[in-house]
Amino acid sequence: MTDTKNIWVFIEQDEGQIADVSLELLAKAQELAGSLGGEVCALLCGHDVDELAQTAISHGAGRVLLIDHPELALYRSLPYARAVTDLVRDRRPYICLFGATSVGRDLAPRVASAARVGLTADCTDLQIGDYNSKKDKQLYKDLLYQIRPAFGGNIIATIVNPRTRPQMATVREGVMRLQPPDDTREGVIERIEPVIEDQDLVLQVLSRQVRQSTVHLKDSPIVVAGGAGASCKEDFELIRELAHVLGGEVGASRAAVDAGFISPEHQVGQTGITVRPRLYIAAGISGAIQHRAGMDQSNKIIAINTDPNAPIFQVAHYKIVGDLAEVIPLLISALREKAK
Amino acid sequence: MPSEQNYKLVVLVKQVPDTHNVTSDAMKEDGTMNRAVLPAIFNPEDLNALEMALAFKERYGGEVTVLTMGPSKAAEVLRESLYRGADRVVLITDRKFAGADTLATSYTLKSAVEKLGAFDVVFCGRQAIDGDTAQVGPQTAEKLGIPQITYAESIVELSGGEIVVQRALDRGMEMVKCSLPCLLTVVASANRPRPASARKRIEYKLAATPFEYQDVLEKWPEFETVEALEAYLAERSLQIPVWSAADLDVEEDKLGLEGSPTQVYKINFVVLETRDSKEVSPTQEGVETLVQELVQEYVVG
Repeated sequence: MTDTKNIWVFIEQDEGQIADVSLELLAKAQELAGSLGGEVCALLCGHDVDELAQTAISHGAGRVLLIDHPELALYRSLPYARAVTDLVRDRRPYICLFGATSVGRDLAPRVASAARVGLTADCTDLQIGDYNSKKDKQLYKDLLYQIRPAFGGNIIATIVNPRTRPQMATVREGVMRLQPPDDTREGVIERIEPVIEDQDLVLQVLSRQVRQSTVHLKDSPIVVAGGAGASCKEDFELIRELAHVLGGEVGASRAAVDAGFISPEHQVGQTGITVRPRLYIAAGISGAIQHRAGMDQSNKIIAINTDPNAPIFQVAHYKIVGDLAEVIPLLISALREKAK
Repeated sequence: MPSEQNYKLVVLVKQVPDTHNVTSDAMKEDGTMNRAVLPAIFNPEDLNALEMALAFKERYGGEVTVLTMGPSKAAEVLRESLYRGADRVVLITDRKFAGADTLATSYTLKSAVEKLGAFDVVFCGRQAIDGDTAQVGPQTAEKLGIPQITYAESIVELSGGEIVVQRALDRGMEMVKCSLPCLLTVVASANRPRPASARKRIEYKLAATPFEYQDVLEKWPEFETVEALEAYLAERSLQIPVWSAADLDVEEDKLGLEGSPTQVYKINFVVLETRDSKEVSPTQEGVETLVQELVQEYVVG
């Protein structure tokens, strides 16, 4: 087992639906496997989730490790950690990836602790490369570079796990590109019988309310985002109206979310969602590095700010120094005029 | 009324640099960070964890012990905890703990919690703002061999040795029931942490670890000698105990840098590409020209 460089991706599913981040990770795993020569395995846990195995294969898994058990129907830390840890310890894959969601960030640390391996949280990029360790005085080939923002987003750290296997990481949603499924792909489905102990069942889920997100920021070709400069609810209404006229989604900086103008699922940036739309309009956003890192790859960026020295202008293609309460109505009427 | 029980509550807290308010003077000319100018603060969600523990104690009875692992300066957050109502605090410090990643940190914290004796609930903040990993809570729970309830937003009920907790999920919420002991990681939306009490600030103003006795003497020279100060503090339970690696039942190769499987390969300072931006005047004419250009380039329309 030690010579094979297999990459496992934990498949997060809820009510028969695989989380986007898991499919994004399958695409990334395929790319990494290209340079490592290992197999991409989907780790699919749940109950009666057989039909999801084919979805995982279509998205890049060469093998599906299907762990089916009635106690795995709803996600709970202990039975999931038991099932995943046992398999990880038994097979010691080279790399094991999880989405950095409320499930992935609950499960991965528990598994890493039990398997006594390193884990890096919230990665925004993964690469393969060599590492010359001063600590161990040794050259390690083909390690997983786990790249993540740290220190409030002011630095980007590259972390490695030279000695322990698997090399584990959680990865942010939306930073890896989702590839379209290829239904002609074939893969092996391997069924695993988990051993769940009574002590793993001390926690019960009494109720659960998960709403389907109505926000599609990540996939929207146009995003109009507001920040602290949108100093009242009326300003934010203008931002919504502009988004509506453009057929885009509304985004926000952390400042706007913290001020209560808009819900957290609209937040763009390192602690929110990473977007790369065709057009990004930043209105009243100063452009803290945490925000810019989540949108600077957008195709065209228009920034509107009263402060001519706002950092957002450094990444903007079009710079409008002015009050959004005046500029946005002009934009809206110019766009409506065009549409006639 | 159910009789009050003596629940043993443990809160794990951390002192962190205030990374959310990095000002321009924190960046040196060469683009590196001057950590020294960033104020050291009580990790925000750890204050929410402390608040949840104090509210638990007020509702069901018990005793709140706050632990922190860090340099000797981290005693500041322990005093802050005493000002808010903690019954007991311990500083866990040793050079051997330095450079610990989350695995080595949780191993050390687990050993410290075990040294306290029996416990019912361990509270920690969801994550610390210097690393944002959210890993230490779940890993400490795993090492203690107890269940974890992450993203805890409120304790709904406690009866028959079982706790009902509401969790905040990415898109929704979940209600879970779990037997004690367990570990909770607490989110910022859980509560509004109480401020320090003026009375307790006075009561605990001299609370200090042995590392700080010299500083206290400089401020209050009337104690004259360290011995006199120590006797005074001991009599009033104002000594903050310090545990080193030798005080814990630990294997040294699992501590600090040595016990950390992750290594930092490199650090890059975030420098985003700066573009030459086209200035658009905030007038009707300027905006119309812009819209025209966007339409011509098929960006909109």
